[in-house]
Amino acid sequence: MSKRSGSTMVEKILATKSGKDKVEAGELVNAKVDLALGNDITAPVAIKEFERFGLDKVFDPGKIVLVPDHFTPNKDIAAAEQVMVLRRFAKRYGIKHYYEVGRMGIEHALLPEQGLVGPGMVIIGADSHTCTYGAVGAFATGVGSTDLAAAMAIGEAWFKVPQTILFEYDGILPKWVSGKDLILYTIGQIGVEGARYMAMEFTGSAIDDLSMDGRLTMANMAIEAGGKCGYVQPDKVTFSYLKGRAKKPYTPVYSDKDANYIKVIQYDVNLLEPQIAFPPSPDNVRPVSQAGGIKIDQVVIGSCTNGRIEDLRMAARVIKDKKVSPKVRLLVIPATQLIYRQALEEGLLTTFIDAEAAVSTPTCGPCLGGHMGILASGEKALSTTNRNFIGRMGHPESEVYLCNPAVAAASAVAGEIVHPEEVM
Amino acid sequence: MILEGKIWIFGDNIDTDAIIAARYLSTTVPEELAAHLMEDIKPDFPDLVKPGDIIIAGNNFGCGSSREHAPLAIKGAGVSCVIARSFARIFYRNAINIGLPILECTDDLSFMVSGRDKLQVNLEQGLITHLQSGRTFQAAPFPPFMQELIRQGGLVEYVKSRLGKKVS
Repeated sequence: MSKRSGSTMVEKILATKSGKDKVEAGELVNAKVDLALGNDITAPVAIKEFERFGLDKVFDPGKIVLVPDHFTPNKDIAAAEQVMVLRRFAKRYGIKHYYEVGRMGIEHALLPEQGLVGPGMVIIGADSHTCTYGAVGAFATGVGSTDLAAAMAIGEAWFKVPQTILFEYDGILPKWVSGKDLILYTIGQIGVEGARYMAMEFTGSAIDDLSMDGRLTMANMAIEAGGKCGYVQPDKVTFSYLKGRAKKPYTPVYSDKDANYIKVIQYDVNLLEPQIAFPPSPDNVRPVSQAGGIKIDQVVIGSCTNGRIEDLRMAARVIKDKKVSPKVRLLVIPATQLIYRQALEEGLLTTFIDAEAAVSTPTCGPCLGGHMGILASGEKALSTTNRNFIGRMGHPESEVYLCNPAVAAASAVAGEIVHPEEVM
Repeated sequence: MILEGKIWIFGDNIDTDAIIAARYLSTTVPEELAAHLMEDIKPDFPDLVKPGDIIIAGNNFGCGSSREHAPLAIKGAGVSCVIARSFARIFYRNAINIGLPILECTDDLSFMVSGRDKLQVNLEQGLITHLQSGRTFQAAPFPPFMQELIRQGGLVEYVKSRLGKKVS
């Protein structure tokens, strides 16, 4: 490749926020943080570290978000105590964006919905799926609790400027194929460390046509390829999503035409099938036609990956006027209170309940084997979530398969992993 | 700093759910977490691992969630150092931030016997010595900024010096 002197979106954002004209991949920078996020698992550790600084205020109470979403509604006494740590901290330091049960949602569905994330921002979260916000053109990445503690104190974080891989998806997505399938296919191709330490830029005609919900799903799972972040450059889909939603004015940032990518990977998506990630790794991906009718005990539709309204609509379209197989338990978890309400008003929840599914209040619960749907030994789950590591949803000898919401709904009816067309 | 310990070998892509399962995340106490270290992939590991021991792993160690409980559990077990061919990025920064020594070494260390062989590690030089054979291996050096973070004892100390305050 000839010498390219331009910058990617992420390089430009990190340059601006670290007060430099230009940064290069590999450079270490200290950047100003526009938003710092923690949840009921990671924030208690951060708060413990923060208290060691002996400060009487945080760097900016409007730029910290605390969402108790993992073990909530509190699953046991220990979980209740952890949430109490967040609640007290939020009150003491005047944290504006603390979301209590009944007003909350799964963090990575909630923040975009509430208009807290936008183009050009630097967002860190003590949760690996913080990379979700790249879908709206932000630089967003998961960090640890100590990073969150430091950011709450000084409003900065250290970053190594990542190299960027450009992914071009061209063509028209076939019916029942979604953003989830694009990202699962990609992870299957490049592996769980295919983008380790790197940024993943998603582009191409299939991305132009992809809804914001689909883009959020894709950016969400960049971490499953080892990525530091995944993003789509702002476009008309972004601006229409942000209209009337964005809480603050924003400045879109774009990659230069001659930006320096470490690699360009092109996929033709015209014939792409729904994808299934087999246990025990998100890169163990096969098309649904090769799933071979695997019998399942539980199906989960929800999570920060696929608990948005479009996901619920897709699942409801498949399952309408059908029943969940007597051998299967179907759990449906709208990701936020607003999505829950919208699903209620659109009649989607009635469809799920009539199909004999359990519908839950927003929680990360089963995705990480926390609560609300734990697997026994030898059980298999099919899930729209993001990870299928050993023991992820319960017993170390249980298994998790990952898929899109339409495949999940169809398979709940069939009792085994099937293509949605097989039950339509 | 010179470390010496018995080694335990793990494979590629050891994820944070394997290091410490989510069902144990209701605590932040390192010693309580350590009681379940690697439990789902090596159930007897919490009993076998002793203070000073060294974990050796393949590619992408610590992939998955951002839970700082993973390096905390390793630290809580008294593990002195983790040597991997590569680390997942959030684990990498978490380990540096909390002062858990880690080294990236691309040499093949799998000839060693897990639970028996011993290594000596010179952290500053990144020099790894297999005590049984005397063979040596060189780990990748840290960039200067990270060396400074490590020298100051982790991110909390670094921020403290930025704030010009004493940390309790």
